[in-house]
Amino acid sequence: MGRNRLQHQVACMRRSLFDQGFLDEQFIQLEELQDDASPNFVQEIVTLFYTDSARLIQNIEQALNNGPIDFSKLDDYMHQFKGSSSSIGAKKVTDECKVFREYCSAENAQGCIRTFQQVKQEYAILRRKLEVYFQMVRQADVAHTP
Amino acid sequence: MGMAAESQFHVLAVDDSIIDRKLIERLLKTSSYQVTTVDSGSKALEFLGLHEDDTTNPSTPCVSPNNHQEVEVNLVITDYCMPGMTGYDLLKKIKESSSLRDIPVVIMSSENVPSRISRCLEEGAEEFFLKPVRLSDLNKLRPHLMKTKSKDQHQKQEKQEEKSAFQSPKQQQQEKEEHQQQQQSSNNKRKAIEEGLSPERTRPRYNGITTVV
Repeated sequence: MGRNRLQHQVACMRRSLFDQGFLDEQFIQLEELQDDASPNFVQEIVTLFYTDSARLIQNIEQALNNGPIDFSKLDDYMHQFKGSSSSIGAKKVTDECKVFREYCSAENAQGCIRTFQQVKQEYAILRRKLEVYFQMVRQADVAHTP
Repeated sequence: MGMAAESQFHVLAVDDSIIDRKLIERLLKTSSYQVTTVDSGSKALEFLGLHEDDTTNPSTPCVSPNNHQEVEVNLVITDYCMPGMTGYDLLKKIKESSSLRDIPVVIMSSENVPSRISRCLEEGAEEFFLKPVRLSDLNKLRPHLMKTKSKDQHQKQEKQEEKSAFQSPKQQQQEKEEHQQQQQSSNNKRKAIEEGLSPERTRPRYNGITTVV
């Protein structure tokens, strides 16, 4: 497929990520920080997000499933998760994290468990979409015009 | 001081989040700052040449950063919420240190808590940024950095001017020469020590008094 066509597809996908609320303004900030000195910055920081999120999800899972819940520890993990998702512009994930923290401060175990499923789901959806998106970006980069 | 090669400001960024460290590093580099990132307050103090033990014991003199610091730090930007030493704790330690208190400190936080913000500003933080930090936020850093760069030069100049106001022209000339000698000697200190000679010691200090008009 020609470069122009691929670039058009990239632009469309990018637009839908914003329109559907998966990404917010902060993602654009990241794109603006990408330049010749740091040509893969967005993909690099998103990759860091994946590894860090995996760690946090595991910790939260353990905190929820191993005996009596330590709400302050849970809140701490979720604070970190909310922070990093907000830093990359992952809007839906950030919003679910906020809901989780509300249940945490209310020490509502069921609420936490339910919301955590939502957090994981939103994270999984976003990750899949971004992986597709960056794959398209890379394909467009190496493609020949037209 | 006065190293001609150093035209860039060096910022020390402190954050326990690897994502936020990467982000702040990129923001700072894009704004043409030299950057060092660390993941904790204690590592920040270590980098600045200050050891935690020294500050808890008032009778122990603070370790001079000049002995440990290879690079000068012109600004510290730190996250507020960190395990162990918070950004606020780090701010306090810096402001309590005679050798570090002039370094401007900026706090970042994902939470907009007015009492937190005012507490930090009262403790001496120059700015408080809400996360996620943006390029436009970094524009607020420059005036604080420019202030400290010229502050050292101004302080020296002011002291000179104050003295000159009360001295005779001859004394002023003597002082000027001595000052120039001292400046030279501090630059050549290493050389002098190697040679086994200190220029300051070879020059008797009572010179200024003998020529009082």
